[in-house]
Amino acid sequence: MIRFEPRENVSSARRVGAPVAAALVALLLASLPIAAAGAPVLEAYLLMARGAFGSVFAFSELLARATPLILTGLAAAVAFRARLWNIGGEGQLYAGALAAVAVGTGAISAPPALLIPLVVLAGAFAGGMMMLLPTLLKVRLGADEVVTTLLLNFVVILAVQMMLEGPMKDPMGMGWPQSEPMLDEAMLPKLLERMRVHSGLILALVMAVAVHVFLKRTVWGFEIRAVGENPEAARHAGIPVTATFVRVGLLSGALAGLAGVSEVAGLKGYLTADLSPGFGYTGIVVAMLAGLSPLGVVFAALFIAGIFVGADSMSRAIGVSNYLADLVVATSLICVLVSGLFVRFRIRLVTPKARKADA
Amino acid sequence: MSDILEILLTANFWAAALRIATPLIFGVLGALLCERAGVLNLGIEGIFTAGAMAGWMAVWLGAGLWGGVLVAALAGAAFGLVHAILTVPLGLSQHVSGIGVTLFATSLSYYTYRTALPDVSSPPRIEAFQPVDIPYLSDLPFLGPALFQQTPLTFLALAFVVVVAFVLYRTPLGLAIRAVGDNPSAIEAQGLSVTLLRMGTVVAGSALMALGGAFLTMSAFDAFFFGMVNGRGWICIALTVFASWRPGKALIGALLFGAFDAFQVRLQTEVGSVIPGQVFLMMPYLLSIAALVVVARKADYPRAMLKPYFRGQR
Repeated sequence: MIRFEPRENVSSARRVGAPVAAALVALLLASLPIAAAGAPVLEAYLLMARGAFGSVFAFSELLARATPLILTGLAAAVAFRARLWNIGGEGQLYAGALAAVAVGTGAISAPPALLIPLVVLAGAFAGGMMMLLPTLLKVRLGADEVVTTLLLNFVVILAVQMMLEGPMKDPMGMGWPQSEPMLDEAMLPKLLERMRVHSGLILALVMAVAVHVFLKRTVWGFEIRAVGENPEAARHAGIPVTATFVRVGLLSGALAGLAGVSEVAGLKGYLTADLSPGFGYTGIVVAMLAGLSPLGVVFAALFIAGIFVGADSMSRAIGVSNYLADLVVATSLICVLVSGLFVRFRIRLVTPKARKADA
Repeated sequence: MSDILEILLTANFWAAALRIATPLIFGVLGALLCERAGVLNLGIEGIFTAGAMAGWMAVWLGAGLWGGVLVAALAGAAFGLVHAILTVPLGLSQHVSGIGVTLFATSLSYYTYRTALPDVSSPPRIEAFQPVDIPYLSDLPFLGPALFQQTPLTFLALAFVVVVAFVLYRTPLGLAIRAVGDNPSAIEAQGLSVTLLRMGTVVAGSALMALGGAFLTMSAFDAFFFGMVNGRGWICIALTVFASWRPGKALIGALLFGAFDAFQVRLQTEVGSVIPGQVFLMMPYLLSIAALVVVARKADYPRAMLKPYFRGQR
């Protein structure tokens, strides 16, 4: 028999150590599919590490990849804190990107100091609005937000395709379904010469700190945490539960929307319907690895970005499919979920004899 | 108006509706079994993918069509077991575990497919299930062509509606499954194992879900494509609420959904030049959200759903 005994106090070392251990286990487990593909395991790991950290270029790629993941990770973390299951980060990201393109490709001409904030706000607004609908359906009609947010992801991507093949199609795009390029004044500045890392990273880091302070130090943040701990108790304590869900929904959607802005205005410069390889869904893994802590999200995003960038580079070198990265990401979600047990409980092996003594 | 009626009255239309409904019937039956036992299984989208890939690959490797169906079901059961272990004895978040299983099953399927077939320009095809022709019955007016243009997996899905309904409502096992999702301590008091009952039901439900995926690669199409499941699993989760966790209503819900979808495809050929195609493609998702919203207020979720049960804890 195995028995779970709840721990009274959880040391912060254990709280941080568990997800780190989970990530390492997931990374080690990747050796199985690598070996199954008949590739040299050690060399594959080495190539992955080199691809993620081996040069300034590699590191710039890692930071560029981590940028949207920090934002979608924050979006999931803040929503999950209130136990609002926003699985619609992918759709909200695209809504944000669409709004950024609508504002930033020539509809308004202004100097960068004005246009960039406008583009950013438009994207955040669109993402927030995208999450407002499922939140209202939840609090007003009791429709499960997991299902509505998941289904809306497909709707939004189709809407983006429709816009890109219709009214927002670039007439100079040689027939490809893509938007017109963003104006130079609307682009987030690069951080390094000839590298892809851009100031969207600064935006993401600022948001991580801001969300951290918001949750820890403000009344609304306290209410979000209280609702997540126990909605019934929160209601009895006079916390406006409905309003809190709406606020957290708007914030979460806005953060995911910013991820879309950052990809379009920081990296790509125009919008296509394959802008995101699932950043919205990966954000959930990032948030869980971070233990839903906004500052932890930054580190979790760096780890996941490293897996993706490293696997891409390894895949090019020795031909192991880069779906390996998705596999590691999925495994780390399951590992971190299990690792939570070791944080919350003391796990005891109970022999029949000891059991008798207990009774 | 008369055009619309004319569409609705053709046997071909209902044949298409039933074809579209088939994977959803499997999926909703699987989901309602899990949820009746108290476990939300958001692994469904990934289990669909795994069933589609595993079934197809087994056939492609020479297992035969029914061998493929079996392999798909086993793959679904295996991922269901992962979800069951995480959520039942370990009592972890059913939401997060389900998403985890979906990501895991999807990425493992894609990785396996890519590793087995590193560079193929077009996906290899298999000899898929063919429509069965039943002498005399197939010649019935209207019903014949609508029903008997279907492949064996559609009949299997219809058979499972009866089987699941029978088991749930007419056997002691079914009574226990319904009870364990409503009031697990009553099951414990009966001397039955809540853990085993829930885990077994989740595994069986997941195997059913995987058959929905297998239908895609072995009946609807004859090859595996990335992203081919395309939200069908999530649609099933919405339809399960719509069906108020009843097999009969699940069939009706899936058929209604199939009919709407078949109808909009036909509408698209009529007015496709005016309205962009994506509007039609959005319809299934919007329809599922609508189906969920309509019943959400009075939805009678199994009372112990999402709630882990630990022995001796009240």
